[in-house]
Amino acid sequence: MTTTPVIQTRGLTKTFRAGRRTVEAVRGLDLSIAQGELVALLGPNGAGKSTTLRMLTTLLPPTSGTAHVAGHDVVAEQYAVRRAIGYVGQGNGAGHQQHGRDELVSQARAHGLSRADARRRAEELIADLDLGAVADRKALSLSGGQRRRLDIALGLVHTPRVLFLDEPSTGLDPQNRANLQDLVRRLHRDTGSTVVLTTHYLEEADALAERVVVVDHGQVIADDTASALKSGLGDLVVLGLADGDAAARAAVRAERLRGHDGQRPVVTVTGDEVAVRVAHGRESAPGLVAELAAAGDVVRRLEVVGPTLDDVFLDLTGRSLRENQSTPTGTRTTTSEEIAA
Amino acid sequence: MSTLTPPASPTTGDVPVGDAPSRTSWLADTLNVAVRELRPMLHEPANVLFAMVQPLVFLGLFAPLLPDVPGGTSALQWFVPGIVVMTALMGASMTGANLSEEMLTGSHERLLVSPLRRSSLMVGRAVKEVAPALAQTAIIVAVVTPFSFDLHPLGVLTGVAMLALFAVGIGSLSFALALVAGGEQWIFWTVQQTFLFPVLLLAGVLLPLEGAPTWLAVAADLNPVTYVVDAERALFAGQFPAADVLAGFAGAAAVAVLGLLVGLRAMRRSGTR
Repeated sequence: MTTTPVIQTRGLTKTFRAGRRTVEAVRGLDLSIAQGELVALLGPNGAGKSTTLRMLTTLLPPTSGTAHVAGHDVVAEQYAVRRAIGYVGQGNGAGHQQHGRDELVSQARAHGLSRADARRRAEELIADLDLGAVADRKALSLSGGQRRRLDIALGLVHTPRVLFLDEPSTGLDPQNRANLQDLVRRLHRDTGSTVVLTTHYLEEADALAERVVVVDHGQVIADDTASALKSGLGDLVVLGLADGDAAARAAVRAERLRGHDGQRPVVTVTGDEVAVRVAHGRESAPGLVAELAAAGDVVRRLEVVGPTLDDVFLDLTGRSLRENQSTPTGTRTTTSEEIAA
Repeated sequence: MSTLTPPASPTTGDVPVGDAPSRTSWLADTLNVAVRELRPMLHEPANVLFAMVQPLVFLGLFAPLLPDVPGGTSALQWFVPGIVVMTALMGASMTGANLSEEMLTGSHERLLVSPLRRSSLMVGRAVKEVAPALAQTAIIVAVVTPFSFDLHPLGVLTGVAMLALFAVGIGSLSFALALVAGGEQWIFWTVQQTFLFPVLLLAGVLLPLEGAPTWLAVAADLNPVTYVVDAERALFAGQFPAADVLAGFAGAAAVAVLGLLVGLRAMRRSGTR
């Protein structure tokens, strides 16, 4: 492992002009990613994830700040950066009228492979990404999952040191999304490449990435492993009791538990239900149930839910990522979202 | 599976690209883009056939209406070079049409992140439009030669070289237009059509400009295409009047330089949208 990070940004900033307003899509981003890491940039639409990726891939010049990828400046050494990286954008890399195999060969040639090497490499990728049946058909006729695999193959022709994936699973059905995650995991393991992906799917960041960088309003608001981010939050314990009175009594006892931050936990009572977020909920719930039973209040339902990355986001910003997710293209809230999306 | 790593480099896990292949040449980049662009056309041979026949149909419908030019030269000899320029101009001006689509789908973005030279991305696309135009020229010349048209190979070849230069410029301008239109195809087509016909008419492609009112003559003089058309007429007639030919090349070069500058600038700025 090299000690110098493969991606390093210092005060990376991008502002757009939207009419008379200036929108800060990315504000002073400092990021350091080592060779071989698998990192997810997680955040709501318009958080600045894609804008960041577009700067790192030379598609957008930064307004201020610097970024180095694979040891090269993204502004002064664009060619060297482009040689070192693979990029899978939100759209389809293959022209709709093109055949996948032709596109792979052309992309490999662009990276300086000889004709024979380019053909061989295309062949390998077609076999490896299971594109054999569709490689000689127009990309337009491929299914969403097949097209996405072709996009990824295009990003891999030169076995890049760094692979960027911008919202790779958007628009895929759950089955294809799972396949895609397997694929990303496998190629990360097999190639040792650094993989940086953006996503607004919590489950994806959680399941896939070793490191999650939470981005909101163009800034990094958290940066750690998914489990470390979550472990600080504690578990949600939900108890169902006989009636409201019993729930009120249970709430008093629940308040004596230790909260996730060492403080007294916040307890909410809804009808006959008591909810409390506590550290080590799985361990403390049985004791609470026994205690209540001894006092004559039988617990009828018990649920212990571990924290999700959404809870992390909610804890950090006071907003839920899911609300954002439910209306991906719904109401047009701000111009910044449209630009930075 | 190990095929995700090229057989040449060790699968140790650190830096997968060991000794990367050397940098491609400008020509290789441009050919790569041009061949990639031409490929879908070859998937549809009927399209190619149709495109090749088009100028012939035009010529067939228009040539019988031409009056005899006083002074002995045939009307065809005057008319054919104009049609050849028109074919090249129309073809090259469509360079950006495919780009509009590829900007929407994402393949343009992939090419922008690839190490391909920016100028190759433009010129390669222009070549794709110009190659068929050159084939059309060959067909036109071959078809009209048995009639009252004298073939002067050296003049025609010089003319074609001038046209290629001219077409690279027009193609780059078209490319820039598509970038500025940002995938809005109607903007692209509206501007392209609005620009195309005045430029063609002002260059005296279809009708001679002798005896035009002053304002029209001035406009024609300011149109670089005028010089290209005049030079092509002389060259196709087997004449090499130094001033005209030079003016033609100068006009073509001016368009080429302008096109490349505008195109590269548009490409640098295109990321910001």
